[in-house]
Amino acid sequence: MPAQTHVTATINGEPVQFLCEPRQSLLECLRDILGMTGTKEGCNDGNCGSCTIVFDGRIVTSCLVLGVEARGKEISTIEGIARGNRLHPLQQAFLENAALQCGICTPGFIVAAKALLDQEPEPDEERIRFWLANNLCRCTGYDKIVRAVEQAAAVCKQEAAR
Amino acid sequence: MKWFDYECPRTVEAAVGLLSAPGRKVRALAGGTDLLVQLRAGRREADLVVDIKEIGELNELRLDSSGLTIGAAVPCYRIYNDPAICRAYPGLIDAVSLIGGTQIQGRASLGGNLANAAPSADAVPILIALGAQCLIAGPGGPRSLPVEDFCVAPGRNALAPGELLVSIHLAPPLPGSGAAYLRFIPRNEMDIAVVGAGASVVLKGNVFAAARIALASVAPVPLFVADAGDSLIGKPVDEASINAAAEIARAAAKPITDMRGTAEYRRHLCGVMTRRAIARAIARGKETN
Repeated sequence: MPAQTHVTATINGEPVQFLCEPRQSLLECLRDILGMTGTKEGCNDGNCGSCTIVFDGRIVTSCLVLGVEARGKEISTIEGIARGNRLHPLQQAFLENAALQCGICTPGFIVAAKALLDQEPEPDEERIRFWLANNLCRCTGYDKIVRAVEQAAAVCKQEAAR
Repeated sequence: MKWFDYECPRTVEAAVGLLSAPGRKVRALAGGTDLLVQLRAGRREADLVVDIKEIGELNELRLDSSGLTIGAAVPCYRIYNDPAICRAYPGLIDAVSLIGGTQIQGRASLGGNLANAAPSADAVPILIALGAQCLIAGPGGPRSLPVEDFCVAPGRNALAPGELLVSIHLAPPLPGSGAAYLRFIPRNEMDIAVVGAGASVVLKGNVFAAARIALASVAPVPLFVADAGDSLIGKPVDEASINAAAEIARAAAKPITDMRGTAEYRRHLCGVMTRRAIARAIARGKETN
C-alpha cells in the first residue's frame, strides 16, 4: 500500500498541513481529514458545484481535485467567507431572499458568486446565470438565488463607495 | 477511487519516463475533469497517475508570428482570458468557453479535451477546422500529428505507450480567414453536444480560397469532412455553395441513436449546424479581409 503524502497548503489565509492518500479528492481531505464540512458533497463528479472552492485563484469543484495537488496552493472555502462574526453580504442576501431551502448547494453557490463579484462588481442577470451554470439547486428554481446575488452586488458596491 | 501512486514530474523527459514504466497502468493528469470521474467510476484504470501540470512546456500559451502554441495542460479559462487570442482565433474561443461551466473551465485543459478522445469533444472539431497540429513527446523522440488523426476510437487516441501530448499548434490566421464552432444542446449551457460543427474558411473577395469542416457527436471519433470543405474552394460566397457543403457534411455523418437524439435527428442537425457554422465563419472572415 503506497504511503500517505504530506501536504502543506494555505486555507482561508491560514497555513494547514495534512496527510492524505493520492486517491483522495481535495473534497474528502477538507471534510474527512480537516473537519471542514462547510464544503458539501453532491454528485462527486463535477456536475453539481456543491463542493466549489477557490483553488489557486479559480473556482473549481473540489471533488475533481486530488488532495495531493493542493501542495503549496492557496485555497478558499465557505468557512472563509464571513467577516468575523458578521455575515458576508452574499450570505445575508441568501437569507433575506430565501435563496435556499435544503442548503446543500448553498456553500457552493456563495463561493462561486463571491468569485464573480470579486472580479466583476456589476454582473447582469445573464452573466450571473451563466457564471453559476455549474451550480445546481433542486429547491429554489434559481430565481431567488439570482436575486440574492444581485442584491449582494448592490450592497458590496455601496460598501466600496463608502 | 482505487489506490494509485502519484508523481508530479517537472520535465517532459521525466514524464515520458514515468509514462513508459513497464507493466504499469499509467495515466496523465491535467485538469482531471474527465480522468478523475473515469477513475472513480471504474471506466479507466490507473496504478500511477502522472500530474503534468508542473511541466513548463505543457503550460505554455504563446501567440507570436509562428501562430498559437497551447501547452496540453493549459486550462480553458487561460485561453479565453487572453484578448489577443480572442481576436486571432474566435472560433477556438467559441469552443473553449462552452466546455463545462465556470468551475470546469478553471481546470479542464484543451489538451485533455483532445486526449480524452470523446466523439462529442467540443474543442476537437474547431481544432480540425483550423488545421491544428499535435506535438507529441515519447520514448522514440518527438513527433507531430494532424489533429484529425489523433482520435482513433471512442475514448482512444493515437498516443503510443509512453507518449505524451505536449502542445497543440495553430498556424497564424490568414487575411480573410474566419472560423466558428457551434454546438446544439437542448438547454443553454452545461451539456454534451447532440451535434457540434466547426468550420473555417479563407475568403478571397467573394470566393472561398480554402475551407475545412469537422463535426462532433456524429461518428465514433470527431469527424473531419474534407469533401465538404473542398467543395467550397473556388466557389462564390453564397447560399448555394454553403448549402452544397452542408449537404456533404450531412451525408458524411454516421450518427447513432442514444438518449440525446436519434440518428435521423442528428443527421438533420448536421446540415443545419454546418450551414450556420460556415455562415458565422464567413462573417468573421469578412471582418479580417
